[in-house]
Amino acid sequence: MNPYELTVGQAADLLAAKKLSSRELVQSCLDRIEQVEPQVKAFLNIQPDQALVQADAADVRLAEGGAGSLCGVPVSIKDLICTQGTATTCGSRMLENFVPPYDATVISSLKAEGAVLIGKVAMDEFAMGSTTENCAFQTPDNPWKSGYVCGGSSGGSAASVAALECPASLGSDTGGSIRQPASLCGVVGLKPTYGRVSRYGLVAFASSLDQIGPLTRDVHDCALMMNVISGYDRLDSTSVQRDVPDYTAALREGLAGMTIGLPREYFGSGLDPEVEQATMRGVDVLKAAGAKVVDVSLPHTDYCLAVYYLIAPAEASSNLARYDGVSYGLRDLEADSLLDMYKKTRSKGFADEVKRRILIGTYALSSGYYDAYYKKASQVRTLILEDFKQVFTQCDLLISPVVPTPAWKIGEKTDDPLALYLSDVLTTPANLAGIPGISVPGGLTASGLPVGIQLQGPHFAEDRLLYAAYNLEKGLALNTVWPKL
Amino acid sequence: MEFETVIGLEIHAQLKTKTKIFCGCATTFGEAPNTQTCPVCLGMPGVLPVLNSQVVEFSIKMGLATDSRINRVNQFARKNYFYPDLPKGYQTSQFDLPIVEQGQIEIEVDGKTKTIGITRMHMEEDAGKLIHDEREPLSYVDLNRTGTPLLEIVSEPDLRSPEEAYAYLRKIHAILRYLDICDGNMQEGSFRCDANISLRPMGQEELGTRTELKNMNSFRNVQNALEYEVRRQRDILLDGGTITQATLLWDPDRNRTESMRSKEEAHDYRYFPCPDLVPIEIDDEWIERVRTTLPELPDQRKARFTSDYELPEYDAGLLTASRELADYFETTVQAGAQAKKTSNWIMSELLRELKGEEISSCPVKPEQLGALLIMVDQGTINGKIAKTVFQEMMQSGKDPEVVVKEKNLVQVSDEGEILVMVREIIADNPGQVEEFKGGKTKLMGFFVGQLMQKSKGKANPKMANDLFSKELEA
Repeated sequence: MNPYELTVGQAADLLAAKKLSSRELVQSCLDRIEQVEPQVKAFLNIQPDQALVQADAADVRLAEGGAGSLCGVPVSIKDLICTQGTATTCGSRMLENFVPPYDATVISSLKAEGAVLIGKVAMDEFAMGSTTENCAFQTPDNPWKSGYVCGGSSGGSAASVAALECPASLGSDTGGSIRQPASLCGVVGLKPTYGRVSRYGLVAFASSLDQIGPLTRDVHDCALMMNVISGYDRLDSTSVQRDVPDYTAALREGLAGMTIGLPREYFGSGLDPEVEQATMRGVDVLKAAGAKVVDVSLPHTDYCLAVYYLIAPAEASSNLARYDGVSYGLRDLEADSLLDMYKKTRSKGFADEVKRRILIGTYALSSGYYDAYYKKASQVRTLILEDFKQVFTQCDLLISPVVPTPAWKIGEKTDDPLALYLSDVLTTPANLAGIPGISVPGGLTASGLPVGIQLQGPHFAEDRLLYAAYNLEKGLALNTVWPKL
Repeated sequence: MEFETVIGLEIHAQLKTKTKIFCGCATTFGEAPNTQTCPVCLGMPGVLPVLNSQVVEFSIKMGLATDSRINRVNQFARKNYFYPDLPKGYQTSQFDLPIVEQGQIEIEVDGKTKTIGITRMHMEEDAGKLIHDEREPLSYVDLNRTGTPLLEIVSEPDLRSPEEAYAYLRKIHAILRYLDICDGNMQEGSFRCDANISLRPMGQEELGTRTELKNMNSFRNVQNALEYEVRRQRDILLDGGTITQATLLWDPDRNRTESMRSKEEAHDYRYFPCPDLVPIEIDDEWIERVRTTLPELPDQRKARFTSDYELPEYDAGLLTASRELADYFETTVQAGAQAKKTSNWIMSELLRELKGEEISSCPVKPEQLGALLIMVDQGTINGKIAKTVFQEMMQSGKDPEVVVKEKNLVQVSDEGEILVMVREIIADNPGQVEEFKGGKTKLMGFFVGQLMQKSKGKANPKMANDLFSKELEA
């Protein structure tokens, strides 16, 4: 077995046992990247020298003993999580040359545990999109089937993990941006509870919805990553002061006594039969593990997309106002006045999807429209949250598909933004309600494309979510085969 | 036609916290540009605000000091607009849920007390500053001030004259200074004021069209600008014209207002709740804890000055208008000086010699003024000499005893010595003596004046009076 094929857990064990050095592991991943990257195109910025320096430092720590849980393990980072001294582009021309003077809190946490930052990965510009085709620099290819999208916006994260370029990645999820590419690339992706993981240093798309989370090749790795990135951060007022359990300790076999809800609204028209079948296979696995499965209803599900596409753009229109060409990022130098500088800088720096959402959001917040759009959406958001609170009195977790379809061809939907928005229908509810959701690989379609299964739980029930996901993964016994590249 | 003036003031008070409202940067004024900044106040991608709880505490203080309602749940909102001194493209402020609402203070104009309503007070962050190059068409941005905490205090349109507006502004300033939560320096911009002003025919309920006045960076400017605007609006209305709603800048050099470009007025700020900051919850315990830290406020102190020191209302009002001045008065009295005499001295000599400077920078310490007044009281020097000594003290900061000794100014109270001079003066001025004896008793002033000249001001004036009376009647 090549070191690059190892999971986080396997690698960490070998490193701790001195059977493998971090340098060997990182070099193996760098070689793998060099080999497959021309096709996968997941990385915007690979840092071989820096990664090897960090690997050597990790080896020293490992030799000294008392090293962190991720010591020596390479991780890729979505390019909107700030890394001190390394460009953080957000997939945008606007920040093409932006080098943050500080680390995001999750980066500090990874470094403290000895993780090796191997590079920054592609994403839709400012996390707006579901195919990574909105990245200003490149669009990753789906490792399972060339010419197909890897999903988005954390497409580079999912592709890099599925292509065995690195064992884990950090992404961010505002309306499904971790779970959807995880589903389309056949990896595990968890969106934590809002407030579980610090957002400090995550470049904001929609502040009340954004959450950083891991993408890994198995559930155990996801738990390992969650152990490191979770917890209160005084630099993020919306992070929550609440103890972090050992998520790996929650993983055990058998689901006796657990009730799983099957929300009927998540199985509506437009759902691909193969996706539905994968979910139902998952239901059978959970039943076999001892869980009780019940039909439940989330009556306001139909409104989630509309609410999401008002709240997220409204917040984005404000969050992206700072890209004005004044103190960092792109500035148009031909402008002849202040107003002209704003207009030209923002016209050139942002591509169409970002402009579209800024326009929608600005409109939704405008005087005379605020009540009808933003305010109404906020009120409906409360009802959506109530739905979940109600449903979690009837069951412990929800099972559903993640995306209504498997991956589609690159370029297939680029001219139809509405069709792309519709693919978020099953993932946006968790963000609106702030609850955790996970995508677990559910097998391949007849044409060889991965399909994910989604589990959602109450606030801060990540341990329960991971525990059920672990059983799902065991029962399906799929993740031994990875795409041939 | 008679018009009624309607004025409302919006005051921006910089709160005197050591660090900024949402980050740990210092708030010191006058440092080198962009040295008091960090990723948070620079509005870098990915940063988040963390509220400085001192800002909340100071705001609660001001709310309690003005008899206001403290909103148990209040929230920050984003005010969105583009400007180079605003690095995030929005100002974090409060909108529909401010921290303080429905307050009131009392002001006094022409001896009449009036209650002025306070609509609301809200917390927000200050913007940076633009520095324009005078030689080239270039502007620079200094973000040191960005994120300095502000409390915006909005009055009800209860003010009916520029004098009332001035009194209200002074009172708010005094309360902030008493609470020690704002420097109150209008020149440095730590205390700023905008005004809304309109006129309406006397007796009319409906408000007239208002204009907004900005750039009034001294108390005097506020009153001058408002007086100018009252005249301007009245002239237009009397001519049958109409007022155009506009934002006007006060030009203190030319003593007139000028219209700002109308383009800058048409703003839709697109306020919405700030998703990066959780709503602020203030419980009764917090409020009560802050209440126990409230110092004596201007109105309470004024009442105490009239009762404890038996000062006239006017004196007490003037002395307590500034916390520092009132402290100065009390320290002087504690040093042994008589209250009313101290008050007279502060209001006339001291304030005149200060020439508008802050009392805190006064070279004469209150203990020294006390010592000087005691010397007058005990007859060591007379009142006139005391003024000379005081001027010298203002120059050198020396103790009064030292000045009196150095300049040999001790009062002459030796009866024999004075009598010699009195007799000389009577001998030298036979005409005046004749007139005095003929009934022109006012000439006593002349004789005493002559004596003071002769004694270089050192003669004990009471003794001089007595001796002249005795000698001239003899």
